[in-house]
Amino acid sequence: MSSVVAKAGLEIRNVGKLFTQPGKGDFRALDDVSLFIKPNEFFTLLGPSGCGKTTLLRMIAGFEYPTEGEIRLNGDEISDLPPYQRPINTVFQNYALFPHLTVDQNIAFGLEMLRRPKGEIDKTVDEMLRLVKMTEMRGRKTSQISGGQQQRVALARALAPHPKVLLLDEPLSALDLKLRKEMQIELKRLQHETGITFVFVTHDQEEALTMSDRIAVMSAGKVLQVGSPRDIYDHPANRFVANFIGETNFLTGTVLSAAPGRADIKLGTGAVIAAGVPDGMTPAGEVTVVVRPEHAVITDPETAAVKGTVDTVVYFGTDTHYHLKLDSGAPFTVRQQNRRGREVHLAAGQPVGIDIPGGVAQVLRD
Amino acid sequence: MAGRGTDVRRQPGFGLIAGLCLTILYAPILVLVIFAFNANSIVSIWTGVSLDWFAKALDNEGFHQAATNTMIVSITATIIATMAATAAALGTTRVRSWRGQSAAYMTISLPLMVPEIITAVATLSFFALVASVFGINLGLGNLIVAHTVFCIPFAYMPIRARLEDMDLTLDHAAADLYATPWMTFRRVTLPLLAPGIVSGAALAFIVSFDDFTISQLVAGPGQQTLPVFIWSMTRRPMTPELNAMCAILLGISILFISFSALIGQRRR
Ligand SMILES: Nc1ncnc2c1ncn2[C@@H]1O[C@H](COP(=O)(O)OP(=O)(O)O)[C@@H](O)[C@H]1O
Ligand SMILES: [Mg+2]
Repeated sequence: MSSVVAKAGLEIRNVGKLFTQPGKGDFRALDDVSLFIKPNEFFTLLGPSGCGKTTLLRMIAGFEYPTEGEIRLNGDEISDLPPYQRPINTVFQNYALFPHLTVDQNIAFGLEMLRRPKGEIDKTVDEMLRLVKMTEMRGRKTSQISGGQQQRVALARALAPHPKVLLLDEPLSALDLKLRKEMQIELKRLQHETGITFVFVTHDQEEALTMSDRIAVMSAGKVLQVGSPRDIYDHPANRFVANFIGETNFLTGTVLSAAPGRADIKLGTGAVIAAGVPDGMTPAGEVTVVVRPEHAVITDPETAAVKGTVDTVVYFGTDTHYHLKLDSGAPFTVRQQNRRGREVHLAAGQPVGIDIPGGVAQVLRD
Repeated sequence: MAGRGTDVRRQPGFGLIAGLCLTILYAPILVLVIFAFNANSIVSIWTGVSLDWFAKALDNEGFHQAATNTMIVSITATIIATMAATAAALGTTRVRSWRGQSAAYMTISLPLMVPEIITAVATLSFFALVASVFGINLGLGNLIVAHTVFCIPFAYMPIRARLEDMDLTLDHAAADLYATPWMTFRRVTLPLLAPGIVSGAALAFIVSFDDFTISQLVAGPGQQTLPVFIWSMTRRPMTPELNAMCAILLGISILFISFSALIGQRRR
């Protein structure tokens, strides 16, 4: 590459991290991770515990240095800068508020370190206190406010210097469910109002789906798929992503014919369904196909191509889950909304048909 | 409740044993202080209450000299030892682990285990050697150096304990908010470490203030500290003046300990 075009945004280019642990052998926490996070984006790193999310975030913040690859912010290489020279702020998982300072002193800390004029600091602190609704608590010590309030102070403190990127490491995991839902909305509002790029870490797939513009699904130090919540949910690239995000039915079949983005698959039961195909893949032979439980419909066993029997029925109020057993022996779940007058009454052992509308099935890469 | 059955205060004989221990601990001190107010010049014969012996003690030229020496030595040694201990504590906790880190920790804390008389003889020999080879005698400075050295491990312990309790992510948070390493130290680490430093300094001061063995061996003429001076008084016919001096020493210690406890409490 002769010239690097200065692209606005945060670029993670082929980044790897090898922890060398004396006496225990080396451990690869990240393996060839490449991401491009656009300005003003709400970007989420999603993956199970231990997959390397925190390690990646710590490298963006500067607490850890990549062993391979580089990190660029608006075109400038930042991988070698210490944390205090990066225009990036972090909301720590345990908040890490300074216990010897009051709420407003905590919020002012970053601005003071940047040697902003006193008047500007006061103005920004007032503004931040208002933004997170903590004005009444400004004089309190951080030990004298609740967990949810500490969370908001941590946010205000990180937003006050108006960083280019805000990093949030599972910021909601310590809150109870109700507060968590409130803070999810609050975070979206703050991101919208400040226009700052958010890189958000979570292991909660529902949180990721509801909050993000785009999601990177990670597993064992690798990025498996990057896309919008809809992309990831409707078109999971592989078995791990399909399994990790929401409930899924896995079916096996053989490819009859394939066109770019589409393929006809003959299932083990003999039924033929039309399925989506991941970009750039030409499926052939034996493949695995996924179908979301809410996309399948229970129909008359006489006319349906896919048949099975009812195993158990679980009522959830808003919808009902029918756990079925296909004639091929594979388990299959169908989820149907409980609309007035459209309830289906099924008993265990009853034969049913399953309709899989064209295009809702998706071929997996592996 | 499980707690009630195992509560040591409910075991038979607890009150008796506790009372006995407290008596053995404090009765002699109490008697010593009471007899400081004795009007009679023979310690063991009580004839009435008087403050004369306090006046006499405070008027004693030797006592003045010893008190001045003690203050100079203890305060100087405390300040230097606390600074050195703080640096040592930071160097053994707040850094990437380095080869010999645990050896360094051992080296710093080992003097606590060495019998004091050995340290005293070694220090004496060291100064004698320095004097004979280089012709250097620092006078009271010798005492200050000796005290500083043995105070360091005492100051080090509480400072290190406090540092180990401190959340390292606070340092990261400061760095994340544009604080250079020096500013992180000044604005976050140091203020949070202050109670540990106060405890360390208090411990160093008390240890230096009542040190006898080392001071007795190292102090030259006219360099007696209070404990050494009081000890020398016991070699003459004893009067309640000695009791008064001890009471004054005790009073200063108690005052000092209360003061540092108060600071420690307010910091919390
Ligand atoms: N300093 C380190 N030394 C060795 N291994 C580490 C270190 N930090 C993290 N790891 C390992 O790297 C992996 C990823 O950790 P982390 O990034 O914290 O995961 P996540 O945040 O996704 O739960 C884990 O297996 C963890 O044990
Ligand atoms: Mg983590």
